[in-house]
Amino acid sequence: MGCGTSVTGSRAKKSERAIKAAILIQRWYRCYMARLEMRRQYALSIFQSIEYAEEQAQLQLSSFFTFMLDHFTHLNETDTGSDVQLLEYERMIEVPDSYHGPRLSFPLTVADTNSLLHAFKDQQHLHARYVLQLLHETKKLLKQMPNIIHLSTSYSKEITICGDLHGKLDDLLLIFYKNGLPSEENPYLFNGDFVDRGKNSIEILIILFSFLLVYPNHLHLNRGNHEDHIVNLRYGFTKEVMKKYRSHGKKILNLLQDVYSWLPLATVIDSKVLIVHGGISDTTDLDFLNLFKRNKMKSVLRPPRQDIAVKGMTRPSSSSSHRRQYTSDLLDVGKHMWLLNDGVNSGPLLEAQYLESSVRMPSVPSELTAKEWKQVVDILWSDPKNQNGCTPNKVRGGGCYFGPDVTARLLKRYNLKMLIRSHECKQEGYEISHHGQVITIFSASNYYEDGSNRGAYLKLNPDLIPRFVQYQVSKCTRKQTLHQRVSVVEWSALKSLREKLYSRRSELIAAFRQYDPNYTGRISATEWASAMESVLHLDLPWRTLRSRLVQLAPDGSVEYLSCFNDLEIEPAIKEVQPALVETLYRYRTDLEIIFNIIDKDHSGLISIEEFRQTWKLFNSHLKIDIDDESIDNLARSIDFNKDGSIDFNEFLEAFHVVNKFENK
Amino acid sequence: MRRRCRAPGRAGPGRGLAGGGGAAGVWLELGARGRDRAGRSSRRPALPWLRLGADMAEEKEGAAAEAIIADIQKKITDAFEVFDHECNKTADVREIGTIIRSLGCCPSESELHDMLAEVEEEEPTGYIRLEKFLPMMTKVLMERRYRPIPEDVLLRAFEVLDANKCGHLTKEELVKYMTEEGEPFTQEEMEEMLSAAVDPETNTVRYRDYITMMVVDEN
Repeated sequence: MGCGTSVTGSRAKKSERAIKAAILIQRWYRCYMARLEMRRQYALSIFQSIEYAEEQAQLQLSSFFTFMLDHFTHLNETDTGSDVQLLEYERMIEVPDSYHGPRLSFPLTVADTNSLLHAFKDQQHLHARYVLQLLHETKKLLKQMPNIIHLSTSYSKEITICGDLHGKLDDLLLIFYKNGLPSEENPYLFNGDFVDRGKNSIEILIILFSFLLVYPNHLHLNRGNHEDHIVNLRYGFTKEVMKKYRSHGKKILNLLQDVYSWLPLATVIDSKVLIVHGGISDTTDLDFLNLFKRNKMKSVLRPPRQDIAVKGMTRPSSSSSHRRQYTSDLLDVGKHMWLLNDGVNSGPLLEAQYLESSVRMPSVPSELTAKEWKQVVDILWSDPKNQNGCTPNKVRGGGCYFGPDVTARLLKRYNLKMLIRSHECKQEGYEISHHGQVITIFSASNYYEDGSNRGAYLKLNPDLIPRFVQYQVSKCTRKQTLHQRVSVVEWSALKSLREKLYSRRSELIAAFRQYDPNYTGRISATEWASAMESVLHLDLPWRTLRSRLVQLAPDGSVEYLSCFNDLEIEPAIKEVQPALVETLYRYRTDLEIIFNIIDKDHSGLISIEEFRQTWKLFNSHLKIDIDDESIDNLARSIDFNKDGSIDFNEFLEAFHVVNKFENK
Repeated sequence: MRRRCRAPGRAGPGRGLAGGGGAAGVWLELGARGRDRAGRSSRRPALPWLRLGADMAEEKEGAAAEAIIADIQKKITDAFEVFDHECNKTADVREIGTIIRSLGCCPSESELHDMLAEVEEEEPTGYIRLEKFLPMMTKVLMERRYRPIPEDVLLRAFEVLDANKCGHLTKEELVKYMTEEGEPFTQEEMEEMLSAAVDPETNTVRYRDYITMMVVDEN
């Protein structure tokens, strides 16, 4: 009673109010953060969908690229079996005095690796001769290794396992900084995908291979799906090498093909932990994998010969044209096979012969069997899923999705404790799934965009308990708020997506118009979502993304043309029809690959005739509806100086989408 | 798909009589009785005023309400799909909070807990199925529960914490309240809030500015 109690009473009341206020603020804040998280999630979905759709598209074109490669390149010509010749050849490449980069001396020592690290931090390049010598020695070493390497932790404290690096040198340097350089006391395993996408793929390879040569028992490498010269054509590594090494680039790429094929496929630690790049399937057979000749697998995009005749197609007798049959259980190659094999109706093939090329078939090492091919593809391309079962990985076009039951069975069969793999970008740099039996480790931070994800590596001690270390390379020293970081990632994802929209503009408009026969310019959200998915097949949450991609009318309906508002393609030539421009834009990556294949001397120029014929081939393969005359006109207009050749890099660069609000 | 009229002036059944939340509640009661979602029921609705009016009027209003519900369900499904990584209509239970909040709701942690309890499996699998989530969430949205907090209410909450009424909180004060009272923040949440809330020049939390900035950010 009296003053005391009322004071306490009011104090208690005040405190209650404070608690209520605190809860309110917390509620509000968590709401805000959740919405940011949603935006980040769908930004990542966008990146991932586009990435996998491109992988799938490339696999679908694999037979076409294979055909192109067989007819237009001499990549396989250089018989890389004769080592002596190569060594001499390397000695024949002079290193000028003006070269101030590292000069390697074989056998390599720690001094060499240190000088390499130093040089690369200063953004220098290693001279082509040393690169070739390095690759040569690496191949020699890798050849002695089995397909599956067995390691033991008993001689060291911990082994560090890293995932995809994808050419991001900063991440590798950060890992070395945090975790120390590889050495006898500090063993490392790098689980594939060292190259592509980032801009320092060759430097990463050089560093990894040099450490491999210095510490062959303490630095280990697994092959990834990007250690594949055909994949490299599309994802940037080939371009990087050609740009940095010009005339020597081709030799380097040739030799690299062999080196890739000799990389081990898997590693087992203490007979308990299996490490592969992608994953497994329900048919994965480790004993089988260990036995076959792994170097037969040059590229996943050269599937093996089929042993039985395809139904309805007659296999041509081995004719002088030596065309081989390709098949893949992933693709519908029926029509492609006709294109490749039917000696009678060779429509486009006849024209292809017109192109200057050696039709002589290269000598190929003994063929992979279908089983061998599938076993390797499964190891390099599969992804885990959370539901039981094993289904083909349609999204990527290769390998499969394997469930916890598949994992459990395999681990039990070989008496293993867990599976460590990489291959998928994870926001936190790592992820544990299948009740702790599968670990994904991904070491390229900011993979899609600055701020999109962390990188991580794991340390495995003799108890085989993993310890994760995360990091993120950052350009700015000031700490950004989450909102700023998410905005950057989101904006970048949306930009990629809108470019995709633009490249399918005509089809999209046609799909929208189906719902809008009266040309009002508006359709409902549901109609819009369905049209988008039917054309793009990206399986994205279109309704959620709606407000970010198009303008909405007050009643919530979609003004479907507005998504093309801020974008335009700047065509190389003014008079070219928009439809042609759009088509070329859409296929620009594929065209680039094809041009690179045709351009034997990597001069950046191809002849008008080659351009024309290639386009026709491509056209007939994909059934694009562009008439020959337009192409002829285009070809003639591109040849600016009328000398009969086209600088295709300039040509392709001209077909980029320009966002009017580029620096929003 | 036919365009439905969703003009705001149109009265749904019971609106104006029982108030906004009540109307939606009415609508769903009918649905919950096992007839179709739109509430078009062949059973007599319990509320007398619904018997009034021509069948056609009821039908029209049924159609409008059906459209609203369908739209809400699509919105929910789309948000759910962002987290449906396996494309099999399930999402990790730890992400349900994010989904719910991104749909515009602002529940407290304990309210979230209650919602989760409604949609979890008997034997918790770690996953929530869309087929269970959808009806629960539809109801929540129709009933307009857990509305977002208006700016002025938020401001007043900060003012309550600002004992000296000086227009700002010290970093320590904010940390103390957020990590010790109510539904405490994790360290990560606290750090994240501080990174945006603390004014680098004064090293205090000038909450008025902070709120304004956050609201602008969202839009």
